[in-house]
Amino acid sequence: MNNNIAIKAESLTKKFGDFTAVDGISFEVQKGEIFGFLGANGAGKTTAMRMLCGLSMPTSGKATVAGFDVYRQNEQIKRNIGYMSQKFSLYEDLTVKENIRFYAGIYGKSDAFIKEKTAWLIDQLHLGTEANKLVKSLPLGWKQKLAFSVAIFHEPQIVFLDEPTGGVDPVTRREFWSMIYDAAESGITVFVTTHYMDEAEYCNRVSIMVDGRIDALGTPAQLKQSFGAQSMDEVFLKLARKAVRSAD
Amino acid sequence: MKQFRSFVKKEFHHILRDKRTMFILLGMPIVQIVLFGFALTNEVKNSKIAILDQSNDVSTLALRTELAASRYFDIERDLHSYKGIEEAFQSGKIRLAVVFPKNFDADLRHFNKAQVQLIADASDPNVATTLVNYATAIIMDYQDRITHDRRLPYTINTELRMLYNPQLKGAYSFVPGVMAMVLMLVCTMMTAITVVREKEMGTMEVMLVSPVKPMKIVMAKAVPYLLLSMINITSILLLSVFVLDVPIRGNLLLLIGESVLFTLTCLAFGLLISSSTASQQTAMFISLTGMFLPTVMLSGFMFPIENMPLPLRILSNIVPAKWFYYIVKEVMIKGLGFAAVWKETLVLTGMMLVLLTMSVKRFKIRLA
Repeated sequence: MNNNIAIKAESLTKKFGDFTAVDGISFEVQKGEIFGFLGANGAGKTTAMRMLCGLSMPTSGKATVAGFDVYRQNEQIKRNIGYMSQKFSLYEDLTVKENIRFYAGIYGKSDAFIKEKTAWLIDQLHLGTEANKLVKSLPLGWKQKLAFSVAIFHEPQIVFLDEPTGGVDPVTRREFWSMIYDAAESGITVFVTTHYMDEAEYCNRVSIMVDGRIDALGTPAQLKQSFGAQSMDEVFLKLARKAVRSAD
Repeated sequence: MKQFRSFVKKEFHHILRDKRTMFILLGMPIVQIVLFGFALTNEVKNSKIAILDQSNDVSTLALRTELAASRYFDIERDLHSYKGIEEAFQSGKIRLAVVFPKNFDADLRHFNKAQVQLIADASDPNVATTLVNYATAIIMDYQDRITHDRRLPYTINTELRMLYNPQLKGAYSFVPGVMAMVLMLVCTMMTAITVVREKEMGTMEVMLVSPVKPMKIVMAKAVPYLLLSMINITSILLLSVFVLDVPIRGNLLLLIGESVLFTLTCLAFGLLISSSTASQQTAMFISLTGMFLPTVMLSGFMFPIENMPLPLRILSNIVPAKWFYYIVKEVMIKGLGFAAVWKETLVLTGMMLVLLTMSVKRFKIRLA
């Protein structure tokens, strides 16, 4: 097996009864890559991602995450990935520090590690004065950044981000992406789903899902060229128009 | 272990931060005990009665004094005609009217026979029956006294002893009932809600992606509520002993042990509900109808199970509170030991294990 591959999917399929949510997708994600996973609502992005995270059992096909098989080595996968869900996933009634401590705690990190890294992180995020305030009192942009930091706090090999920037203003989104770059630089593979086509441009490579299949895969430059488009937005629209399934 | 500790700590933060809910959880048993103890009692005390005395003689006067002296009755008004009775009942103030006919004393002395009429407001049949019984008892008492020196040829004296609760206090039956109800509410409903809340918030997803074992999530959710229930049991027992004078006759440790068992059963049920529902409202609704109503209606606490039709009697067997209520009554009120309740304990343990296995099984590691 190629040691540079973080995620590998082969004809990965998920059916719910008669409905095929994910229809035999195949792709590879390199280590340290920022991989954009695009698609309209209902295209099957979230389902595909859930299979990779071990939240959902594939109906057929093969996949490995961090070198572990999604069917059999669930536990090892969980230990090596971070996850940030579409919904805001911190506890609003816990303080910033308590949230960090809790999530680090469930990954079994040592007290010394947690203490040291918490101090560093709070400094990084300039949350010094808010560290002991309830998360509920933070503005949304800060919450999202904190959620991302928490998702990679335990230093996973791969982090899965499910529409991490939903509802965030453009300035914060840019800051958020600079954090994603920092994470990728430190060797974390980033697997991110998004709706924003400008964000797609930030990714090393993107795949676009339509009706459960991956219809396009490549660097943003490659995709624009092969579709004869000026922007990722155009690429996306050309593909999405073919969609039969209506968005949910 | 470290995972588990962070989890439990987090759960405590949730509970302690939500002051209002915590206040309700800890205050509820106290309010319920006080309410049941002093307001919602089915004992009949100081019921207002009216008297229509058409005779006004020594005997009626004596009976009247007896009635007024008892703690069951207060004479609210005197009536002067039969018409007045109807009016008095319609005013809603009186529950019972006592009518003495003309020449009451004379009839009693000369014919050895007199009649008194009791008219009760039977819109609440239980109260009416109770009042009529009390009044009859008082009148019989008086009769016994005046016939004391005149020996009747045959008499059968019934002698009553009310075991375990000689004063017939309602508290003896509602303290176990309130215990079952409170534990049910705290454990079943709150556990169901907290788990479902995590689903709604999306934090459950993050948790399931983490290497934490679902069993640990489930257990960590249960620990704080178990502790909260212990506090509630303590406050209920303290209140019942020191405020309501309900004694704990049996072994305190046994009583606490049984309460823990029931708490665990409720927790398991709450977890089961939470693993089959997606919203907090649904969870609340199911715990209320699925657990709370049966607890109130079919545990024997409000309505005696013996009087129910067969299907309901059979149904009552699957209500955990029924068994717990029985155990608490036997241990706390009658002072019996484990030997008297081992069968019920076994049933409860079985229910707990079944519910727990089901809920852990249904608690999905994978969301779909």
